[in-house]
Amino acid sequence: MTTITSPAPASGAAEAKSAAGRAPLRRGLLRWLFVAPALAYMALFFGYPLVRNIVMSFQHYTPKTYFTGEAPFNGLDNWRAVFADELFTDALWHTALFTAGSLLGQFTIGLALAVFFSRRFRLSGFVRAVLLLPWLVPMVVSAVVWRRILDQDHGMLNTALHAAGLAPQDGVPWLSSPGVALLSAVLVNIWIGIPFNMVILYGGLQEIPRDLYEAASLDGSGPWRTFRSITLPMLRPVITVVLVLGFMSTVKILDLILALTSGGPADSTQTLGTVTYQLSFLQLDFGQGAVVGNVLILISAVFAVLYLRANRADFGKGK
Amino acid sequence: MKRPTSLLRVRPVWNTAAALLILAVLLFPVYWMLNAALQPESSIAATEWFPVSPSLKNFDTAISTQGGSLLTSFVVALGAVVVCLALAAPAAYGLAQFGLRGGQGIVFATLITQMVPGIVIANALYSAYAQLDLVNSYLGLILADASLGLPFAVVLLRAFMVSIPSEVVEAAMVDGANRFTAFVRIVLPMSRNAMITAGLFTFLFAWSDFMFALTLNTTDDVKPITLGIYQFVGAHVSDWGAVMATAVLSAVPAAILLVVAQKYIAAGITGGSVK
Repeated sequence: MTTITSPAPASGAAEAKSAAGRAPLRRGLLRWLFVAPALAYMALFFGYPLVRNIVMSFQHYTPKTYFTGEAPFNGLDNWRAVFADELFTDALWHTALFTAGSLLGQFTIGLALAVFFSRRFRLSGFVRAVLLLPWLVPMVVSAVVWRRILDQDHGMLNTALHAAGLAPQDGVPWLSSPGVALLSAVLVNIWIGIPFNMVILYGGLQEIPRDLYEAASLDGSGPWRTFRSITLPMLRPVITVVLVLGFMSTVKILDLILALTSGGPADSTQTLGTVTYQLSFLQLDFGQGAVVGNVLILISAVFAVLYLRANRADFGKGK
Repeated sequence: MKRPTSLLRVRPVWNTAAALLILAVLLFPVYWMLNAALQPESSIAATEWFPVSPSLKNFDTAISTQGGSLLTSFVVALGAVVVCLALAAPAAYGLAQFGLRGGQGIVFATLITQMVPGIVIANALYSAYAQLDLVNSYLGLILADASLGLPFAVVLLRAFMVSIPSEVVEAAMVDGANRFTAFVRIVLPMSRNAMITAGLFTFLFAWSDFMFALTLNTTDDVKPITLGIYQFVGAHVSDWGAVMATAVLSAVPAAILLVVAQKYIAAGITGGSVK
């Protein structure tokens, strides 16, 4: 991660101005005092954990470590153990499916809603605002509510499906069958992510100049053609941002899974996030937990680069 | 696909009807939460579709068992807001106005910190906290939760403070104020709206935090509501009515903020890269 932060363009204009004043060194130090506390905090709460995790992944932690303070270095043992563990490869695969499924659903529905709400009609603003609620409620709480709704025997969804004659005799085992649970988790996460996608994409749509649409309609372009040739290309920067941010928050998922399924049944909903938690905080093997955490960081880092590329235009303007 | 033009073929009334239908579908789980919370007997059997004979009994149970956790969440979230703004506001100002060497690099780094998975931070932080005696402490959780809002607050406040004309501050300094007093008396009041937005989001992030609450606490000394409801589901899985009432109570801040501070929330989501 740290290698990405290195490009540090020196900004000259204001610097030169202050150098002309008296006691420039002291003034320069005073100015840094504004930034220093936040920098120190970020070094402690973001920088230190990143470095520490790398070190920890080469150390042998046991439940006894917190009494003795001993965590001897053990080379690549943690890495070998994790990569040989089927749970890790399964979790990697689940995380990929969960992330891809969630993003696809959130983005498609979010975009459709954003386009819909761009029409002018009564209550549009009100409905858009209230739709944010699922995104603002703590994720654990949403997951707990969904856990009740998706309950096989007493859940409202199966009751409704039954009444409509759509469910099998015993109801759909939304959370209790290894084959269905991950899909259920994806559906819940889509529900949570729709408002965020909708609001950002809606904002992006408002930035597209109206006359482009007028020109297109004068040229006799139909709705679908207009959407493909004007809306999508003009929206591209916003789409990149929304997808990358969505990826970042989805790939590390933990709250939702723990409250909805606890990783089960039969580890069918374990993700990289829940495996890290399980290894470190339940088995107290912080070394192996750190390995999975590092893999998570590596994946995030790749997408961080994409994000910064997408944001570069903003930085050019010194925004 | 529909296009966002004013050339509507569909009557606006139908749009409103469709919007309300979308709202009903998407907010159904929220309704269900409220509905189940109002039905004491919903714990045992299937829940009725409507709370025909509503009762607050579940809320009594929820408050008597989870009231302390709600208070803890409130204190921790408020503390996180204070820490976050105290760190972010001066830093954002410095980065916006001083043209510091490497300032751009710092902003880059701030953006990147948003991408560090919380579980990775918790993994390393736990052992540090254990040594510093910060596990199971309010201070420890407040400091950790402040990290959820800090990058966002720095980016958002900086974006606003760039537009403050430096002459305004320089004029105050000519009158004898030093740079810090000028910052407190002039810049902060001017940035009021951006500060409110950053504070609101930090509050919501900290209120919603589950990861740090789960990993940095080993006893029940500091138990925010997210952790409370998680353990509640584990222990009282039969008492779903009370669980739902707890869920309603823990969703209240989000609902209040949505009504009272909608302007700021919209500004926050579009103005910065949230979550």
